[in-house]
Amino acid sequence: MLIHKKSDILSSEITSKENFENRRTLIKAAGASLITASGIFTGLMSGSANAASGRQKINAFAKSKYGTEEKLTPYDDVTTYNNYYEFGTSKSDPAIESRLFKPSPWTVSIEGAVKKNKQIGIEDIFKLAPLEERIYRMRCVEGWSMVIPWIGFSLAKLIQWAEPTANAKYVEFISLNDDLMMPGQRIHVLDWPYVEGLRMDEAMNPLTIMAVGLYGEVLPNQNGAPMRLVVPWKYGFKGAKAIVRIRFTETMPKTSWMKAGPNEYGFYANVNPTVDHPRWTQSSERRIGGGLFTPRIKTQMFNGYAEQVGQLYSGMDLIKNF
Amino acid sequence: MSVKINNSLIINIKVLIFTLSTIPLFRLIYLGLNDGLGANPIELVERSTGTWSLVFLMLSLTITPIRQWSGINSFIQFRRMLGLFMFFYAGLHIVSYVWLDHWFDLMEITKDIVKHPYVLVGFTAFILSVPLAITSTKAMMKRLGGRWKLLHKLVYFIAVLAILHFLWLVKKDHTEPLVYLTVFLSLIALRMAYKYRRHIDLTVPQ
Repeated sequence: MLIHKKSDILSSEITSKENFENRRTLIKAAGASLITASGIFTGLMSGSANAASGRQKINAFAKSKYGTEEKLTPYDDVTTYNNYYEFGTSKSDPAIESRLFKPSPWTVSIEGAVKKNKQIGIEDIFKLAPLEERIYRMRCVEGWSMVIPWIGFSLAKLIQWAEPTANAKYVEFISLNDDLMMPGQRIHVLDWPYVEGLRMDEAMNPLTIMAVGLYGEVLPNQNGAPMRLVVPWKYGFKGAKAIVRIRFTETMPKTSWMKAGPNEYGFYANVNPTVDHPRWTQSSERRIGGGLFTPRIKTQMFNGYAEQVGQLYSGMDLIKNF
Repeated sequence: MSVKINNSLIINIKVLIFTLSTIPLFRLIYLGLNDGLGANPIELVERSTGTWSLVFLMLSLTITPIRQWSGINSFIQFRRMLGLFMFFYAGLHIVSYVWLDHWFDLMEITKDIVKHPYVLVGFTAFILSVPLAITSTKAMMKRLGGRWKLLHKLVYFIAVLAILHFLWLVKKDHTEPLVYLTVFLSLIALRMAYKYRRHIDLTVPQ
């Protein structure tokens, strides 16, 4: 005799395939956001993650006379080996931790010794001057270097637009202070926000640029999007990233690294093989992109740009003004 | 209390420790052959060998407290191997510095050692560990007798130098070297606590 036993699971309780798949996606998404966002601001994920991971070409830029015969550092090295403490102190941190960073909308304030305080959106900054490619060597104070094809424009153009007064002797660059988007700022390794500065004549030098891209593409977040300073004859830390304020001052700005270690990091921070850092030899450097058996190369005075910038420092004691 | 572990088990554990201890080396070789050492491969090799040397130094220093607090004296039999692996990775660290990083440029290396405190203390730590490695054999232990113990007390000084080396080389974020400092101080504290307890055991009438 057959006994029909009724199933003790109601048909309404059985998960449809569709639902099951949906749940899996939800769980997966939750997992992914835990990994990338440490689960703190899942809400930011949806919009920015896609935007940030997609590489965007810059359509119009001119090749410039600035370039070197040196081999470019591979794109992957330029975008995964970064010193950007706002996203963590390890070199691999910025590429990962900056994925949620939103470089737009973005406004830059112009203030201090100017005719009139102004604000400018990043899309208008792009239109201030024609963009051009500048291939520059970048020498880090830690003893390594890269060759990077930046896209940007002469900082002088932005300064002309800003209309500083005669009192402006220095320019101060202040980076974004936002520990939601920049998780590294939750740790007080530096006095946030990051502050850098230049003397007016250094800022106006044709070599100094505001970079908005590299390798023909919009600047990746980990390289300082949407806009960063590039001063090729100075150590890399002078290149303030994610700049939100530009302030013209009469007195020398106190930069973040000067506050962190006054005997290690000076205001000028010119690349100089004859002045050693207390920690690192500055007479030679390791060019990134080489293999295990690629020897160091000699570091050049002013990173090889002595001809263009040497006159800025004539008569100055470069040992005292390191 | 005295627990004895039989010899064949000790040999098996030794083989296991030896095998595990070579993993960091084979990892580097694997990464090197598969283009996995990243943007700055020489820095990665230097960092990795240096870190593992410090890890093995800490491991060799955990043997005594484990032995003391567990009462199992056989643990002492694993100490020499851990100490020698510390020396092995320190050696690779020095080789990668002298060869890969500076291509035997002795002028540059001398300048680097003399001018930069963190290189100086690191180099000193390595030099001091050479006699310890040389006198690590059973025959040497016998020959030196009581002086062996005294000589090998150097390991504490080496540990201090090694941690200082790490602390001074870091640019800003000192978390990692401070972890090693904490581990080291805890290991010292465990030794002192044991001594103190024994002192009480011996002096207070039961």
